Amino acid sequence: MSRRQLWTGIAALCVSLFIFVVPFVFILFMAVKDKRAASKLEFSWPTEWHLWANLIEVVEARNYMLLLAYFNSTVITVGAVSLIVIFSAMVGYILQRRHSRWNSLIWAGVMAGLMVPPAVVPTIWVLQNLGLFKTIHGMVLIQTAYGLSFAILLFRSFISTIPRDLDEAAIIDGAKPLQIFFRVILPLLKPATVTIIVVQSIAIFNDFTNPLYYLPGKENVTVQLTLFNFQSQFVSQLNLLFMNILLITIPPLIVYIFFNRQIVAGMTSGAVKG
Amino acid sequence: MKRKSHYPYWFVFPAAVIFTTLFLVPSVASLWFSFTRWDLFHAEYIGLENFVQFFKEPFLVQGMVNTVIFAFVTSGMKTVLGLLLAVLLTSGIFAQGFLRILVFFPVLVSTIGVGITFTRLMHPTKGAINIALAHMGIDGPGWLTDPSLALFSVALVDVWKGVGLATLIYIAGLASISPEYYEASRIDGATRLQQFWRVTVPLVRPATVTVITLSLIGGLRSFDIVWAMTKGGPGFSSDVLASVIYKQYQAGFYGLSTAGNVILFALVALIVIPLVSWMNRKEVEQ
Repeated sequence: MSRRQLWTGIAALCVSLFIFVVPFVFILFMAVKDKRAASKLEFSWPTEWHLWANLIEVVEARNYMLLLAYFNSTVITVGAVSLIVIFSAMVGYILQRRHSRWNSLIWAGVMAGLMVPPAVVPTIWVLQNLGLFKTIHGMVLIQTAYGLSFAILLFRSFISTIPRDLDEAAIIDGAKPLQIFFRVILPLLKPATVTIIVVQSIAIFNDFTNPLYYLPGKENVTVQLTLFNFQSQFVSQLNLLFMNILLITIPPLIVYIFFNRQIVAGMTSGAVKG
Repeated sequence: MKRKSHYPYWFVFPAAVIFTTLFLVPSVASLWFSFTRWDLFHAEYIGLENFVQFFKEPFLVQGMVNTVIFAFVTSGMKTVLGLLLAVLLTSGIFAQGFLRILVFFPVLVSTIGVGITFTRLMHPTKGAINIALAHMGIDGPGWLTDPSLALFSVALVDVWKGVGLATLIYIAGLASISPEYYEASRIDGATRLQQFWRVTVPLVRPATVTVITLSLIGGLRSFDIVWAMTKGGPGFSSDVLASVIYKQYQAGFYGLSTAGNVILFALVALIVIPLVSWMNRKEVEQ
């Protein structure tokens, strides 16, 4: 490393500490202050640390609403991600292995899913007619519908690296299509699967807009909505609002630490080929 | 007898059913409902009235203009800053890996959390940003309280949160450029600046297309950051189409809200599709 690279690095580090770290330190400081200190909005070292007291108060607020929200968000995320992985792998598999005029129809659907903004009120109308409005399983299906396109793209390009000889060997051994897919193909898709699980989990866990529209009601609250609900309740208790932000920032942070590589792979897929 | 394929089409079925019912059907239905006065149970056909209202009410027109401004400002800044950051973070500088992690982390954080945090940091008198500016002798503006500035302040926060993704895509794009181009141009006596304009920018083009496409679509559709920071205010000065759609929905004007959705879709199609095909065509020519 040259002298120049060292000093550029140090300069870049100082600037980015300011820009990218200060806001997170601000969240932490606000979250541990008491009510009065937090209301001053100062970026200052807390004189007293109320980490535990604030934590308990936020968790207990509104009859343990945050715990319920964590539960709901987890159910929605796990449910939707499971469906996305299995169903989109099946589509990607057919799309890559079989060629006919149906393919272009499927492609058109995938592209529409990536580009078209969902029509919200008509979606509510459909959900109501199906009895899925304001239900957790309805939300799971919505997140699945919106997440399929991206996953299909990723799976299709990954499946093209798996040789057809493997399918053919299984066919000769007398395997049925479902067996080939679940026993031979799906296990080989693990790198793409992990990437999709990580990227989609974060997206669904952080989603605010869709639960806001399709999942109203106190008992259906999700983590992002607690933040929004608490904003009016905690208007004089900013310390608790920021403790809430801190608590919902932790899961993505943990995921990022463990799955850094898969996130990078997923986010940049297609960037090189264009 | 017809031989059955080992790749049966019913594999597509589960995904197709979910996607069609919850995405395609509402999208197509929105075309009809945007021509109606609608309360979810009864839809009364009123022709183009919703659209006429959209183009006549000044605050609705402003929402459309703001959407376009917001999308182009954020997309442009993410593209330029993303490329510069990616060049910096692939040049072998000190703490390069750590810096990449720092720049990317905001992408994964809750948008609402980021919005609430920056709303406090941008407080006109007590916020840390204006206090820091005051120390330097600068009188900080009312970032979110000044109607002519609010939309751009929100855009700035959106760039802060999203530039990491652009950087990451550019880093992958830069990695696919063969080092031979740089060596050859160095032997020919090119300066670093010339290398950037003549080698890096043209060869990283596929990444540029991806960054612009993703950030434009995202920018045109963005809702949470606006809603968390200004709720479209002060007045309607930072309203975008997505927040207008939500406000009309809350007010019970379902037909009008759906018309907003159709207009948003038209905007995405009119801006993104020609731009992408133009960028891809230029790529083929090169």
